[in-house]
Amino acid sequence: MSTESNYYVPEQSRLPIMAATGLGFIAYGAGSWVQGGNAMFFLAGALILAFTLYTWFSLVIKENMAGMNSDQLKRSYVWGMGWFIFSEVMFFAVFFGSLYYVRNLALPWLGNETNTLLWDGFEAAWPLMTTPDMVANGEAAQFVGPAENMSFPGWGKLFSWLPLWNTIILMSSSVTVHIAHTAIKNNNRGKFNLWLGITVALGAIFLVLQVVEYMHAYQHMGLTLETGIYGTTFFMLTGFHGAHVTMGTIMLLIQFLRGLKGHFNAEDQFGFEAASWYWHFVDVVWVGLFIFVYILA
Amino acid sequence: MSRRATMLFALVLAPVMSLALSGKVLAEEAQRWAVNMPRGVTPVSNAIYDIHMIVFWICVVIGVVVFGVMFYSMYAHRKSRGAVAANFHENTTAEVVWTVIPALILIVMAIPATSTLLDVYDTSEAEIDIKVTGYQWKWQYEYLGEDVAYVSELATPESEIYNTAPKGQYYLQEVSEPLVLPVKTKVRFLITAKDVIHSWWVPDFGVKRDAIPGYVNETWAYVNEPGVYRGECAELCGKGHPFMPIVVNVLEKEAYNSWLAEKKTEVAAIRELTKKTFTKDELMAQGEEAYNRSCSGCHMVNGEGIPGVFPSMIGSTVTTGDTINKHLDVVVNGVAGSAMQAFGGQLSEVDLAAIITYERNAWGNDTGDVVQPIDVLKFKQGQ
Amino acid sequence: MAHGPAKGIGRWLFTTNHKDIGTLYLWFSFAMFLLGGFFAMVIRAELFEPGMQIIKPEFFNQMTTMHGLVMVFGAIMPAFVGLANWMIPMMIGAPDMALPRMNNLSFWILPFAFTLLASTLFMEGGAPNFGWTFYAPLSTTYAPDTVNYFIFAMHIMGASSIMGSINIIATILNMRAPGMTLMKMPMFVWTWLITAFLLIAVMPVLAGAVTMMLMDINFGTSFFNAAGGGDPVLFQHVFWFFGHPEVYIIILPAFGVISHIIPTFSRKPLFGYSSMVYATASIAFLSFIVWAHHMFLVGMPIGGELYFMYATMLIAVPTAAKVFNWISTMFRGSLTFETPMLFAIAFVILFTIGGLTGVMVAIAPADVQYHDSYFVVAHFHYVMVAGAVFSGTAAVYYWLPKWCGNMYNESMAKVQFWVSFIGFNVTFFPQHFLGLAGMPRRYADYALQFSDWNMVSSIGAFTYGASQLLFLYIVIQAIKSGKPVRDPKVWEGAEGLEWTLPTPVPYHTFSTPPEVK
Ligand code: HEA
Ligand code: HEA
Ligand code: HEC
Ligand code: CUA
Ligand SMILES: [Cu+2]
Repeated sequence: MSTESNYYVPEQSRLPIMAATGLGFIAYGAGSWVQGGNAMFFLAGALILAFTLYTWFSLVIKENMAGMNSDQLKRSYVWGMGWFIFSEVMFFAVFFGSLYYVRNLALPWLGNETNTLLWDGFEAAWPLMTTPDMVANGEAAQFVGPAENMSFPGWGKLFSWLPLWNTIILMSSSVTVHIAHTAIKNNNRGKFNLWLGITVALGAIFLVLQVVEYMHAYQHMGLTLETGIYGTTFFMLTGFHGAHVTMGTIMLLIQFLRGLKGHFNAEDQFGFEAASWYWHFVDVVWVGLFIFVYILA
Repeated sequence: MSRRATMLFALVLAPVMSLALSGKVLAEEAQRWAVNMPRGVTPVSNAIYDIHMIVFWICVVIGVVVFGVMFYSMYAHRKSRGAVAANFHENTTAEVVWTVIPALILIVMAIPATSTLLDVYDTSEAEIDIKVTGYQWKWQYEYLGEDVAYVSELATPESEIYNTAPKGQYYLQEVSEPLVLPVKTKVRFLITAKDVIHSWWVPDFGVKRDAIPGYVNETWAYVNEPGVYRGECAELCGKGHPFMPIVVNVLEKEAYNSWLAEKKTEVAAIRELTKKTFTKDELMAQGEEAYNRSCSGCHMVNGEGIPGVFPSMIGSTVTTGDTINKHLDVVVNGVAGSAMQAFGGQLSEVDLAAIITYERNAWGNDTGDVVQPIDVLKFKQGQ
Repeated sequence: MAHGPAKGIGRWLFTTNHKDIGTLYLWFSFAMFLLGGFFAMVIRAELFEPGMQIIKPEFFNQMTTMHGLVMVFGAIMPAFVGLANWMIPMMIGAPDMALPRMNNLSFWILPFAFTLLASTLFMEGGAPNFGWTFYAPLSTTYAPDTVNYFIFAMHIMGASSIMGSINIIATILNMRAPGMTLMKMPMFVWTWLITAFLLIAVMPVLAGAVTMMLMDINFGTSFFNAAGGGDPVLFQHVFWFFGHPEVYIIILPAFGVISHIIPTFSRKPLFGYSSMVYATASIAFLSFIVWAHHMFLVGMPIGGELYFMYATMLIAVPTAAKVFNWISTMFRGSLTFETPMLFAIAFVILFTIGGLTGVMVAIAPADVQYHDSYFVVAHFHYVMVAGAVFSGTAAVYYWLPKWCGNMYNESMAKVQFWVSFIGFNVTFFPQHFLGLAGMPRRYADYALQFSDWNMVSSIGAFTYGASQLLFLYIVIQAIKSGKPVRDPKVWEGAEGLEWTLPTPVPYHTFSTPPEVK
């Protein structure tokens, strides 16, 4: 409930419509790009958007540093970030839900008695290595299952199993970002910078390892986006997660740079806090992935 | 109401009223102004009809009560009649009552609904199994275990659709060859599709079920009376969606058996023809007919297709290229992941040969190539 | 901050003012309503008689699809966001929306999204032609290339909705005047709070659905392809997990509007305020667990079928509470029948009819006959046109004098009401009959026994369409040269913070929060 009497309503701004223009270009550009056109419009849009967002966030930071933001406005930002993360939760929920559906409902139906009319000899199994297409069309199949999958390779290979390392990395980064948080709350700048820096580094290492994993999958395991529903769900879930880790790392990196410039103090560190929430969220999603995509495979 | 309003009112209503009153006297008048669901000819369709009527009447009663109260206060509590507003705005008893009563009404509806649904789902102990496959835009019926299968597609000519010929009585509800069923027999339908989702609907049977590519759905019918029953595809499946009707001819059991026997000889005869050598003119004539039936839906009668959606047949590398095998491959096996379906299993070798010959020589393609049924057969066997 | 609006086009492009942005939303949505209505007119003209007269079947499908998409995403949703922008700050005593710049962004994405969507009509392959529900694989493997533009347009449109909703929630939770506790908030604010929550929960689901399509079309994945182990029905589950809450997103703000208008013209407080709040919340909750009632015929196991049938029927209970509350508000009031009230009453009647047919289609075995027939088309136009559009129209008549300080022409507005009411029913009532008699939806052409009711329906549609042009005229006339009103209350029976402000409302209001007792 409002207690302030001077809520800061910003002046007119050119930024929003620039951002909208950028998005418009991106949408049109991406549409023509994926169907074989060139990427010009897309890139132009991405540039406009990136520039606008940079200016926009700088402005918000400047306003905040100038003390124009009332506590109430700050709460608005808090709500904003919170609900944004909720929307991201729902986005991931779709893909987890789809994984559940294909694994536990659709595949058994495909392999059931009446479906032998269409896919004689198909057996439902997860990870799905032999697609219905391969059963029905043999050589001519369009969807060829992977040669290997990402499941737990057995205790013997525990330590060369990348997902485990990635889990450890991401879990610890949640801890490090928390340490940074407590540090800034105690106005301990040096410690804050150090632990935030470590967090960013962990995020980057995670991403590198994920690239390694993907390359291995494509080059040595015959596991790609196109290898039927297993490859589809595997890459879409881990891929979107990776994209979010990238986002989160960039967000934290920016906070890190701000920290170096002396932003934030014990009372006000919301920019950082928002990024750290996002980071924890990304972390939780990974735990879900680790369980449902890798372990229970 | 102001005078202006009254006049406008009359103006709007006049055409509607006159239309309703002028009602042309026709034999099927009753059917034309039909307002309700058919009762149908299967136990399931009867049960559905009954539950529909129960729920309908409950809704009517609810409507009468609810609107009754409302119209009463609109009449009695008008300001112009001097009504003074009361000031109550809460009454827990009332609110509990009107939460509980609807809940009870719903339970009353749910009970017969549940038992009817159990009926709809009971596909056990069927005597005949028929596989129904939806294609863009036709149905294929396969009598499982009988080696009889055929395609059933719209028989209404384009000229009726585009208004250059008068429309027949069964406009858009007539097919090249109906599905044939015996009366008083439990028939199980195994429904699937090859391309997009279709939905097989025969209102008189109380049967509608989606045809999902790659999956088989089951439903059933037990028809009580012989007759011809007409239905439609009920799931949007592309531009031919309104043009893939269903006609079911339900026969007495003996008639059905002799139909089935005849059908089997027919299938054998068509197989025999494969060995025959046709002249180019014969192939062209039959090809034109078959092309217009099976292909023109997408590639158009003039062969030009629809830019961006269906490729033109004129001068294409496939239809005029040197390797007839590529052409055979496209038509027999289709193009995976596109609307171009595999016609190998749908059309006879004779039709396939005729269509390909036609495509390679019509609309100025003039390649001079002739493809014989035996070539098609060899191509198929060679795979 | 005391100054007024900027001059020229810049006012609209760069504005951060909730009233300006509300106005933009409202005009945009009306333009989209005309566009979507125009598509509907094309549909009805083609269906006037059997046979293909004016368009080709493939174009008909594009019309149906674009009509549904433009109406739902372009006309109705922005209309209510526009009303929210205008009214919520005024109703809760806030100076503006919580995040004014993002507010502008949420709006300006929409013209880009819909220009992109509409431009596909002129591209090779044509506009989306797979229905507004865009079921795979018709919308993936078998779609024209332009589907990619559709996908990205949906993406940015969804981003706009999410930002708009975040803004509304932040405003409501954070910007209320002192003393305005949650249970003192006006109903419109409550319904929007819950709607915004629904939007944030399901727009990402829609984004997920179109993303999967994008991958299946362009990158060889097999979400919706059985050959690779996927399932076309998966698409429907994802879509309807979004789609069913979506229909309540459309109707809940309408409920809010009606809960203001009926008390005003009954001169009596809203009956059962707190049960209204709980009913709205229950509807929202239930909306998440009933989605598969759109999929009774895809071949779900019978257990699922029964569960979704029961859960769906349950929604009638909280909705019933709302209807009864409105009627009890009218009961023993002191009623007058200005145009907003006429539309509100029509809303209650027609929405209830639509709701009752909703319960009929929820009966799974009977849905075997109703599904994908014109009966369903009739059902949802009763709830969406007579529900959402009628309440939107009522809202404009109700608040327009407040916004611009001019009264609309009452007798013309009454004519508009009656033409709409009659036109609407003539259009959509016969569609129940068509559906029951066996006419499937999305049919460019039909068998002869459906001719007569179709003709009636088309005539009704043209009438109804004409009444919308009249509405446009009345609104413009009121803004330009309507009789001035200066009474802050405008309507005798109106209650609430927004009516304490001067009429017309100044550009900036509640710079200091009012005290609510
Ligand atoms: C504003 C939008 C809106 C609203 C509010 C509703 C409300 C409801 N809808 Fe509707 N619906 C749509 C929009 C909406 N719908 C759309 C767009 C489609 C089609 C989508 C497509 O396929 O393109 C659709 C389709 C649709 C289907 C699928 C039909 C099919 O495709 O086969 C079903 C099935 O259950 C359904 C059910 C309901 C129910 C039970 C309600 C309930 O919420 C209604 C509750 C209201 C009442 C019941 C009336 C008031 C109550 C009383 C007076 C009390 C007493 C009543 C009883 C005890 C019964 N709807
Ligand atoms: C809230 C949403 C909404 C609204 C307001 C409407 C409004 C109308 N709808 Fe809508 N309709 C849908 C949502 C809506 N519809 C949806 C979701 C579908 C399903 C789509 C699908 O199957 O995928 C559908 C499908 C649908 C069909 C079935 C199509 C089919 O199955 O093939 C029909 C047929 O009669 C129809 C008719 C109408 C009519 C006559 C109106 C009228 O109320 C419209 C009145 C308004 C006007 C007419 C505007 C006035 C403008 C003019 C008169 C012309 C102006 C000219 C210029 C600007 C150049 N609609
Ligand atoms: C449901 C629509 C549809 C029907 C019916 C249809 N086709 Fe096609 N056809 C297509 C589509 C779509 C393609 C493009 C496939 C691709 O390459 O992606 C195509 C491609 C072709 C090609 C290859 C053209 C080229 O230049 O690549 C030939 C030849 C062809 N069809 C012949 C036929 C014949 C013969 C029939 C009838 C027996 C037929 N088609 C029926 C949709 C259809
Ligand atoms: Cu097949 Cu519609
Ligand atoms: Cu629904």
